[in-house]
Amino acid sequence: MENNVIVRLENLVVKYDDELILKGINLDIHDKEFITFLGPSGCGKTTTLRIIGGFIDPNEGNVYFDGKKINGVPPYKRQVNTVFQKYALFQHRNVYENIAFGLRLKKTPENEIHKRVMEMLELVNLKGYGARRVDYLSGGQQQRVAIARALINHPRILLLDEPLGALDLKLRKEMQIELKKIQQQLGITFIYVTHDQEEALTMSDRIVVMNGGVIDQIGTPQDIYNEPVNPFVAKFIGESNIVAGLMHDDFDVEFANQRFVCVDKGFGKMTPVDVVIRPEDIKFGPTGDNTIDGTVETVTFKGVHYEIIVDVFGTKWKIHSTKSAEPGAFIGMSLNPEDIHIMHKSDAQGFSFSAPANEVTGDENKF
Amino acid sequence: MKTNSKAAFPYILWVLFFTVIPFVLVIYYAATSKDTGAITLDNLANASRYFPVLIRSVYLAVIATAICLVIAYPLAFTMSRSSKSVQRVILLLVMLPMWMNFLLRTYAWITILDNNGLINSFLTELGLPKIQLINNSGAVVLGMVYNYLPFMITPLYSIMTKIDKSVIEASQDLGCNGWQVITKTVLPLSFPGILTGITVTFVPAVSTFVISGLLGGSNCFLIGDLIQQQFLGNEYNLNYGAATSLMLMVVVFISMGIFNSFDNDEMEDSMI
Repeated sequence: MENNVIVRLENLVVKYDDELILKGINLDIHDKEFITFLGPSGCGKTTTLRIIGGFIDPNEGNVYFDGKKINGVPPYKRQVNTVFQKYALFQHRNVYENIAFGLRLKKTPENEIHKRVMEMLELVNLKGYGARRVDYLSGGQQQRVAIARALINHPRILLLDEPLGALDLKLRKEMQIELKKIQQQLGITFIYVTHDQEEALTMSDRIVVMNGGVIDQIGTPQDIYNEPVNPFVAKFIGESNIVAGLMHDDFDVEFANQRFVCVDKGFGKMTPVDVVIRPEDIKFGPTGDNTIDGTVETVTFKGVHYEIIVDVFGTKWKIHSTKSAEPGAFIGMSLNPEDIHIMHKSDAQGFSFSAPANEVTGDENKF
Repeated sequence: MKTNSKAAFPYILWVLFFTVIPFVLVIYYAATSKDTGAITLDNLANASRYFPVLIRSVYLAVIATAICLVIAYPLAFTMSRSSKSVQRVILLLVMLPMWMNFLLRTYAWITILDNNGLINSFLTELGLPKIQLINNSGAVVLGMVYNYLPFMITPLYSIMTKIDKSVIEASQDLGCNGWQVITKTVLPLSFPGILTGITVTFVPAVSTFVISGLLGGSNCFLIGDLIQQQFLGNEYNLNYGAATSLMLMVVVFISMGIFNSFDNDEMEDSMI
């Protein structure tokens, strides 16, 4: 599977009115994988998706499908179908006719259309809804019709452009699981666009984190979460404490005026680095050896956990814990070696994403 | 509910005096004798003698409406897909002639089409023979298209701006080529706009007397001219005029009925 490239994007550049939307995107998409383009709005994720769908031609660069260049091939000649952000259902057709649309265009025999529409209605849990008008359906049901309408054409790739954006949280979570199930059941490639990091982590085989028209990181959800390559990725995927550090040697890092054992290597000796620590990985208790000590500033109940902000010589650390603490208490925070994530010092570009106010920014933490 | 019906009171009064009562009067005059005032069908029988005039009116109005549709539809579609600033400019150009008086606009055409008008003097200048451009049904159709084209463009444009770009992209995505996008998606979705456009173009066109009077001359006598003659002309005859009006009204009602049945069919189709 890993070597089976279905789509190759080669140095894609897109300009609108002299503004660079994509600044050279290179990406191999594998057959049958669930890949997610994740990033804030304006990062170029939808533009990239629309290039694959055939709705935009890149100013520079090439798109290959199964090894064949498909620049300029119109959407209706591509083995790709799209689920649009606002569903884009045909209001003048009922559910059945919306789903049958693609097959009717191909002049498929009526009995086969019927069979496949019924299969699709079953697949998306809309059995018995065929005769309904689409504008009488709920948002979730409309979304299912849009998915069925795309999948009935047996595309090699399904493009999904923030398809769950308009649904409420509970429905969104249900649909996430359902989409993943459908993808595995049909064994086709899903390319999914979202700005919701949790959605990306839940469903994807691989995540492509995009920012400002470039790809920052490509990897499995675990890779991206545990080993973000720069502060932007670290902050975009979940919450994190990012502090400046100094890599003394392999497995030996200094930050917050302490030496720590870590699992990272290959940074060289005495190299300045950024250190990422996830709030949920920090344990706290009485101060002791090798703890980072600070004063509890605020404690906020968040449902599954408490969010605790700790002041360490002017630097704010964020902890997520099921255990609460008293504001004003002096505590010690401890870390496991595998929870210390080392990143190369990034260029200024990585910081373009604005961090929440409470978050640690590395420059405050001087040696 | 009560406050709502009270708020409509001024309009109800208006409709009563200027629509309902006149309508009753038309029926009354149409059904009574000019001389005796007795109830009679003579007026209607007389009016029906002018049935060929009515047919000609409907015929020319249908042609003018069809031409309007053919010109307006692609324009409205292009407009709706253009940038906001381009849309504003085109809409301004479409509406601009409407800011001028209807009569003036039509008179302007006389100075263009007349035997000594703009086009013919130009032809003479070039040493070419003159062409008869005015006082025929072609000139009347031209006048109708010119005057009523904005009525066709506006409803089409307004409904087409409501068709989301993503619906068009979805049709392409599912296999429509450029032509199929129009026939399978844009046309059905803009159908209500087509019906409105036809209605607001056809009805004034079929009953016009100014355009036919000014551009058609005596060669293109329409039902509107006939009615106008009975009320304002030398042949002053209220009863006969009312009967002719009633005949025209029936034609308009029937055509409205046909259009609306299309609309309902469309609704039912989508409800299957």
